[in-house]
Amino acid sequence: MSISVAIMFRGCWQWMLLVYLLSFPLFAAAQSEPATGQSARLSDGVAQSLLTQLAEARNPAKLAVIDEIAMSGDERARGWLEAFSASKLARLKDAERFLIIDNNRGREWAVSDALSGESAGKVSRRDLKALRSNNSLRGHIDGVLSMIDLSSPDAEVRLAAARGLRGSVDEAMAERLPSLIEQEGDDAIRATLKEALAIQQLEATGDPAALKTLSGSLNAAAIAAINGAAASDDPQLAQGAKVALAGIEQKLQLNSGLETLYFGLSLGSVLVLAAIGLAITFGVMGVINMAHGELIMLGAYTTWGMQQLLPGQPGLALLLSIPAGFLVAAAVGVIIERSVIQHLKGRPLETLLATFGISLILQQLVRTTISPLNRIVVTPEWMSGSLMINEALSLTLNRLYIIGFALFVFAGLMLIMRRTRLGLEVRAVTQNRAMARSMGIKATRVDIMTFALGSGVAGLAGVALSQITNVGPNLGQNYIIDSFMVVVFGGVGNLWGTLVAGMSLGLLNQFLEPWAGAVLAKIVVLVFIILFIQKRPRGLFPQKGRAAEG
Amino acid sequence: MPDSRSWLARPFTERSTQIFLAVLTLSVLAITLLHVLLPEGHPLHVSTFTVTLLGKYLCYALLAVAVDLVWGYLGILSLGHGAFFALGGYAMGMYLMREIGDRGVYGNPELPDFMVFLNWQELPWFWQGFDMPAFAFLMVLLAPGLLALVFGFLAFRSRVTGVYLSIITQALTFALMLAFFRNEMGFGGNNGLTDFKDILGFDLRTDTVRIALFIASGVALGLGYLLCRGIVGSKLGRLSIACRDAEARTRFLGYRVERVQLFIFVVSAMLAGVAGALYVPQVGIINPGEFSPLFSIEVVVWVALGGRATLYGAVLGALIVNYAKTVFTGIMPDAWLFALGGLFVLVTVLLPKGIAGLFAQRGWGRRSQSSAAKTESASGSRPIEEATA
Repeated sequence: MSISVAIMFRGCWQWMLLVYLLSFPLFAAAQSEPATGQSARLSDGVAQSLLTQLAEARNPAKLAVIDEIAMSGDERARGWLEAFSASKLARLKDAERFLIIDNNRGREWAVSDALSGESAGKVSRRDLKALRSNNSLRGHIDGVLSMIDLSSPDAEVRLAAARGLRGSVDEAMAERLPSLIEQEGDDAIRATLKEALAIQQLEATGDPAALKTLSGSLNAAAIAAINGAAASDDPQLAQGAKVALAGIEQKLQLNSGLETLYFGLSLGSVLVLAAIGLAITFGVMGVINMAHGELIMLGAYTTWGMQQLLPGQPGLALLLSIPAGFLVAAAVGVIIERSVIQHLKGRPLETLLATFGISLILQQLVRTTISPLNRIVVTPEWMSGSLMINEALSLTLNRLYIIGFALFVFAGLMLIMRRTRLGLEVRAVTQNRAMARSMGIKATRVDIMTFALGSGVAGLAGVALSQITNVGPNLGQNYIIDSFMVVVFGGVGNLWGTLVAGMSLGLLNQFLEPWAGAVLAKIVVLVFIILFIQKRPRGLFPQKGRAAEG
Repeated sequence: MPDSRSWLARPFTERSTQIFLAVLTLSVLAITLLHVLLPEGHPLHVSTFTVTLLGKYLCYALLAVAVDLVWGYLGILSLGHGAFFALGGYAMGMYLMREIGDRGVYGNPELPDFMVFLNWQELPWFWQGFDMPAFAFLMVLLAPGLLALVFGFLAFRSRVTGVYLSIITQALTFALMLAFFRNEMGFGGNNGLTDFKDILGFDLRTDTVRIALFIASGVALGLGYLLCRGIVGSKLGRLSIACRDAEARTRFLGYRVERVQLFIFVVSAMLAGVAGALYVPQVGIINPGEFSPLFSIEVVVWVALGGRATLYGAVLGALIVNYAKTVFTGIMPDAWLFALGGLFVLVTVLLPKGIAGLFAQRGWGRRSQSSAAKTESASGSRPIEEATA
């Protein structure tokens, strides 16, 4: 009994001493590294011996080896440590060769040489012995790596490292952090480092000053630390922590409210995009085009086709799809108008049926000629990722772009309808066809142009939708009812109404979702619109005067 | 009393009704006899499968008659009649589920299998009473009727008509579909209600029950047809045509247009419910797919193909389209949607009065359809004007 305790103590002591001794050179290295750069390479012999130590030393001693590797300044060090941390650093059985496992699928694993970095082909997994690591080693590696990064000349790398440090600072690091903070020139990084230090201090000592530093933070590790403090025995500290938590809770709620608002606006702009073309064909021309959804689908497929034509350039393809999607959908729209709709003038219910038939044909056409399965549309790099506002709130970029795109399309349509000759003629023909014709307006030409415009905008909606939803034959079907709802809710023949209706339905849906669930929220919105139509049969912004009689 | 007898008796004096009823009775009888009397393997023997299929068509035909009543004679294009059909079907399905009793997979005498699967402890309140056939059959009428009453009351009172009404009926059935897909609703979610065993104590899989259901569908279609014909020929029917053709004028003459609309809409919804109730035991399943807007709009095309405002045209359209669907999906599944879509376009553009219109113009179809269609479109005949407010 006493012997084993003594051994444990000895092990512990050894380990602590090692860390202590090694932390000085690490510190020094961290300080001097930025100036000299990290391109040094250890000789293969030294590297081999370090890796052998890493493989053979007992776990406590491995910590020291890890520090030594990290400090070596070798450009391969990071790769070794990361591989070791992920259990992907292996030794070839019966040989002293170290390998990094690149792919561990199947029986034969793809590996590369740890020293040379060159690919070493495939090795049977039976011949590999992965170096074992454990959670405390992994935690240490994370810490060591972020210490290296904190001295990087690149502010981005430093910030990322500082963010990673929060919640994983140990005592040894805590001692070094204050001087790092002092040297740091960037305010954001300094604040993050202070937070990281404060988390450690609050957890270790219950320092009230640390609590104060953290009280505004939205970081998960910081909140966990404050939660810990709230449960502490010190009544004053616990009280302070509770006050801080209440403040944080309020801030989180505000942020989640903002996030819902953002989702609502983004859903709303999708609805506006899908419905705005319909607002032209249905609202202005009075044509019920049930194939509108399929025109959206064609726009989405145009994006896909463009990306197939320009492989490797998804961004360029997407930009080119904007005019292409417009043209494709507009062309199909003109065909529909000429072949069917013009024969059904003044018979809205028949138009509805005929265009529904067209929608079935278009869907099936896509299914048989392309595929019944969803196609993959690549999101270009500049559209993926997100814009981080703070710890609790980040806005996905693709949705941000779509909100902008929807407003852009809306503004463009408004300009066309209000400021161009075409818009004037469209309004004249809608208000009084016979009179417009007697004034010399070619009504048939206006019909075609208007329908082409509405259909083209549906194509634009498809290009945008291809970035956030599955591109398949059913894409249009999913939007057609929503689009009609938006137009009817906003008031037929009123583009502003469509914008307001789309945005408010999007917001309503998103604010209902947290407590009702996605499907129920949608049902509630539908029922709301049905009831709303009873109250105001002509929508939010009904047309007034003579135009309303049509 | 004498008045009410006269509106129901009048249809029997009409030639088209006589012919329709005679054809319907004879064909149902003939199919029954061919099925019962001839041995299997005989070239003229009608198999049980075919009988059930025909029974299904008859249910669709009744649904089409219900749609024709509101669309043809009232000018309301309902794109949500599938909802009433499905509600009637669900009412019947709930009864059939309770009939299973403890023979389900989990052997629970009270709860249907899917509720046991979802760990429900007791029967929800809206399932109470469905073990009694009389109550269930009453609900077949009441559930769609009540929905139509509430919906129609709100819509007609605020004078929602034309395209707006069509779109909100579509939204209604879409909302119901989403709702019934939810497991929490207590209607079996995605899978719906199925695995039925008995109806009124008789095994559903036996030939006798199948032929009885087929005959019942035929009788229901005949009665539904008579009811609609009676309504259409009565003073109320003339009023409803007035609402269709000139709603505002009828209102200014002092008639309560919304009451006429509401009454006919509710009757039509109940007929659709009956059709759904007879449909479910024959196909053996009811799921939220019946609520899909596509189905409802397909029904409208059956009516459009057969010919609006004739009633027998609706029956004809339903039979033709569904037969075509069975054939097409059997041999060329991909082509079916092309054919259906093409049908939508061709019927509305070239054949605005449907097949029945050909009969009326050319006298019982002596000429071929295509030549008749051509002359009709060339002469530029217009269908009945839409009632636009």
